[in-house]
Amino acid sequence: MAKISLIVNGNPVTANVDPRTLLVQFLRENLRLTGTHVGCDTSQCGACVVHLDGKAVKSCTTLAVMADGHEVKTIEGLAADGAPLHPMQEAFREHHGLQCGFCTPGMIMTAIDIVHRKGHEVDDHTIREELEGNLCRCTGYQNIVASISAGAKAMAKSDLA
Amino acid sequence: MYEFKYHRPGTVRQAANLLVKNEDAKVIAGGHTLIPVMKQRLASPPHLVDLSHIEGLNTIEMKGRSLVIGATAKHAEVATSAIVGETIPALANLAGGIGDPAVRHKGTIGGSLANNDPTADYPAAVLALGATIVTNKRRLKAEEFFQGLFTTALEADEIITKVMFPLPKKAAYIKFRNQASRYALVGVFVARRPSDVRVAVTGAGSEGVFRVTAFEEALKKRFASKALEGISVPAEGLNSDIHGSAEYRAHLIGVLTRRAVDAANAKE
Repeated sequence: MAKISLIVNGNPVTANVDPRTLLVQFLRENLRLTGTHVGCDTSQCGACVVHLDGKAVKSCTTLAVMADGHEVKTIEGLAADGAPLHPMQEAFREHHGLQCGFCTPGMIMTAIDIVHRKGHEVDDHTIREELEGNLCRCTGYQNIVASISAGAKAMAKSDLA
Repeated sequence: MYEFKYHRPGTVRQAANLLVKNEDAKVIAGGHTLIPVMKQRLASPPHLVDLSHIEGLNTIEMKGRSLVIGATAKHAEVATSAIVGETIPALANLAGGIGDPAVRHKGTIGGSLANNDPTADYPAAVLALGATIVTNKRRLKAEEFFQGLFTTALEADEIITKVMFPLPKKAAYIKFRNQASRYALVGVFVARRPSDVRVAVTGAGSEGVFRVTAFEEALKKRFASKALEGISVPAEGLNSDIHGSAEYRAHLIGVLTRRAVDAANAKE
């Protein structure tokens, strides 16, 4: 077992984990943060995307021990319970950016990462290219792209990063 | 995934000692090749030595007339580095086209080279640019480093520390992606260097990355896509699978090389 200490959604967490525990497993099974999903489990679909030190990564292809000493943010960390949604979440709701919702947590974490890197005025072509590592099997991306475009603009006016 | 012991050394020397002490130990940095392979149980190293916390191993800088990239520099760091963008923009472009944004936040240049996947992008750049791979033990020329499918000159306790790229006059990398996996079905890196021209191909060869000397000679005489007219690449020794026949890949090499030459010339 390996002892790890990290910050998850702003809270310090310490745990003993088997080194082969994946970050996504640790989040879901140890911390019960089940918003982060396991889709393909082969680093292709992006349902497991979380932010590690502020950058989008695939938590199914990251060991929990590799996050030791680092900061992780999951979909649960975007807005407090009962508080208004994060502007990107709100944009997905408003623009019907989801159907079954399985890919949505990863889509939203990737979307916020896109805004961090590309800014608030990001064109549709760029959004589509940036979504290379996130698969949706219901909506066909049209409304996801519309949601991200609107969410990016809304984030400029919000305190939530 | 099978059980393993995890080690997090603070220096390359400590890392190398761990490799000596623990037989069959594997090095991990970004983990974006090794972890999937371990999940499939195709690899089951009893020890993992994590390089990602060694300070100064991801530095990107100019040293003399070479661009020097640290082994744990991530694809996203190379893609967005101002130094790389100014000195070898083709390399920044290549790094920015590996995998997807989340993969680029984790995957490293050292990991890509040490793995020598036959469809990886970086080996083409290293071979075409005539880069030198520096390890904790020695310096290796690109030609000696790559030794076939998933095989390199690295010894069991040898760790890549940095890669030194001499600056080309012009360069470009063009890849034709497999529509499903998005890996290079064929990728061609063309570099016009001060004394010669090099054309390196990834994705197509059954033994991994290789050079096309017939193209290189023609391009040395005249660095224009027209110089390649009438020269073709034999299909012999190229990969043939459900994604494309050897003949198809041979054809693509010609097409992509011409596009790469045009792209390199267009950058002036």
